[in-house]
Amino acid sequence: MTTETLPKQENADSAIGSHVKGYIERVRGGELGALPAVFGLIILCVVFAVLRPSFLSALNFANLFTQGAAVAVIAMGLIFVLLLGEIDLSAGFASGVCAAVLAVLLTFQGWPWYLAVLTAMVTGAVIGLVLGSLVAKLGIPSFVVTLAAFLAFQGVVLLLVKNGTNISIRDETVLAIANKNVPPAAGWIATAVGVAAYAALQLVQARRRAARGLVAAPMAVIAARVAALAVIAGAAVYMLNLERSRTAIVSLKGVPIVVPLIVILLIIWTFVLRRTAYGRHIYAVGGNAEAARRAGINVDRIRISAFVICSFMASIGGIIAASRANSVDPNTGGSNVLLFAVGAAVIGGTSLFGGKGRALDAVLGGAVVAVIENGMGLMGYSAGVKFVVTGSVLLLAAGVDALSRKRSAATGR
Amino acid sequence: MSQGPILELRGINKSFGPVQVLHDVAFSVHPGEVTALVGDNGAGKSTLVKCIGGIHPIDSGEYLFEGERVHVSGPRDAAELGVEIVYQDLALCDNLDIVQNMFLGRERKSGLVLDEDTMEEMAAKTLAGLSVRTVKSLRQHVSSLSGGQRQTVAIAKAVLWNSKVVILDEPTAALGVAQTAQVLELVRRLADRGLAVVLISHNMNDVFAVSDRIAALYLGRMAAQVKASEVTHSQVVELITSGRSGELGIGNGIGAAS
Repeated sequence: MTTETLPKQENADSAIGSHVKGYIERVRGGELGALPAVFGLIILCVVFAVLRPSFLSALNFANLFTQGAAVAVIAMGLIFVLLLGEIDLSAGFASGVCAAVLAVLLTFQGWPWYLAVLTAMVTGAVIGLVLGSLVAKLGIPSFVVTLAAFLAFQGVVLLLVKNGTNISIRDETVLAIANKNVPPAAGWIATAVGVAAYAALQLVQARRRAARGLVAAPMAVIAARVAALAVIAGAAVYMLNLERSRTAIVSLKGVPIVVPLIVILLIIWTFVLRRTAYGRHIYAVGGNAEAARRAGINVDRIRISAFVICSFMASIGGIIAASRANSVDPNTGGSNVLLFAVGAAVIGGTSLFGGKGRALDAVLGGAVVAVIENGMGLMGYSAGVKFVVTGSVLLLAAGVDALSRKRSAATGR
Repeated sequence: MSQGPILELRGINKSFGPVQVLHDVAFSVHPGEVTALVGDNGAGKSTLVKCIGGIHPIDSGEYLFEGERVHVSGPRDAAELGVEIVYQDLALCDNLDIVQNMFLGRERKSGLVLDEDTMEEMAAKTLAGLSVRTVKSLRQHVSSLSGGQRQTVAIAKAVLWNSKVVILDEPTAALGVAQTAQVLELVRRLADRGLAVVLISHNMNDVFAVSDRIAALYLGRMAAQVKASEVTHSQVVELITSGRSGELGIGNGIGAAS
């Protein structure tokens, strides 16, 4: 019965062929996915590596990760809001507020790190709850709500850090997040376990679908996916495990602790978006809120929860930023952080029109933003040039988004 | 089919503020039949349908389902009875695929995780049961479907839940000739499977092509509910435009004969 509407399982060759053909068709139809970000990343890396060989050094490679971490984490939260077709302009300063709360509690109040971190994260969630309620219940456009919050939070950070001074952080655990590394052996083991788990998951899923007569991904495609993950993760871990200390006295090697942190967050949010009913409802509200409402989905609750996730992730981003800078000042989470985070999400392939995006986009786009920032710094360009270039890249990404949307509308119906 | 009606409304009144939209409306729907609900713009078709679907509460009157009085106070109640409405604007999410749309809001889960395989199987079975062979893959986004295919998905979504009454609001309004025929064929097939189908339409050809009964609303009153085989094209048009046609209609003391 089921085969009536589904293409029949053919021999392996044509199954792979149809898989590849389906992918090409989707890309031509405007579903570019991660392609622009991946190509952009490769081109940027090649250009910077040629112009400045030090770009490829082990030290700089590790820097890239700690540099992009906060932005990628904030972007990951922003994706939830963007998926609904909303925007959160306050995410940057929300991270600043949470970082300031953390610093005040740690340094002035002498709280233990776990309580301070927890309070900072709760602060983020509460901020999201307020913003989301204003948007969903009162119906104020998210642009206005979060623009107001953007200003207000800037003020809150100033008030918390007592007008322009900065609060240094001395807590070992919080500092370790962005400054310490995982032991090289542990890095390898975790990578091997991760790749094996991914392979097992893919195989189990494919066999289960095949057993029920559904179209399953061909073995070769699964092998290619697993191999790609193994190569990319392996290469990254290898680079990060190289000695990057310039003096012989201290050894500096291993995967920075932020990297597994980001990987865990990525896995959690990918799972939520792809495998749970809640994630499905987020896409539905972003695609057609009226249809979602008629299907019995509580649209207001979905809206509010997306803002909660966004501000919660911003709080984690703020903690990472505070850890990296060893301090919190009035500029934490300010200036370019929000622009970079929105840019990361959009460059990664998340649509500003809602309904399209993945947690992975934040990491890919965050990598592009970090490479631009880092590479142009190495080239000795001024902050002004960096801003102009990053702004242009964001505009380019938004343009690609708008064009691909037009294209899918043209080929779709 | 000589069974009693599965859904019956008696003496339904509905006002929006000072405007009374439905006056003492009687309406019945039989299993295995297509009942066409016709009427000019503003006759109250949509309001009647929304009352059936629980979106508008009725002011007074009886709502009988399978012979028993029921109280429908929301879309959930109607869905629980087995009444599904396919709205004109389809209510599909373009960014989701066919399976995801069909199960939207009622996803199958095993534990915390979505049970994609079961959902895909059920969707495939439902579409196959409706003899739908036009979609290439169940995992393609709805945005890539044609108007007729989208309508098919919307109808299949309504049928998926072992529903007993399916109400279609102008399903062919935006479709071309071939796709209209496709959808009408599907409508007929639903009734042949024993469902009670209500078809709202402006197009007399469509109405006569598939309906067993025709109910004509005129200015918020049920002008007549008759067997399609017993009336002519022009009689129905008269009922729609003036509320009466010879023996039939308002003003002859017959009112709404079922």
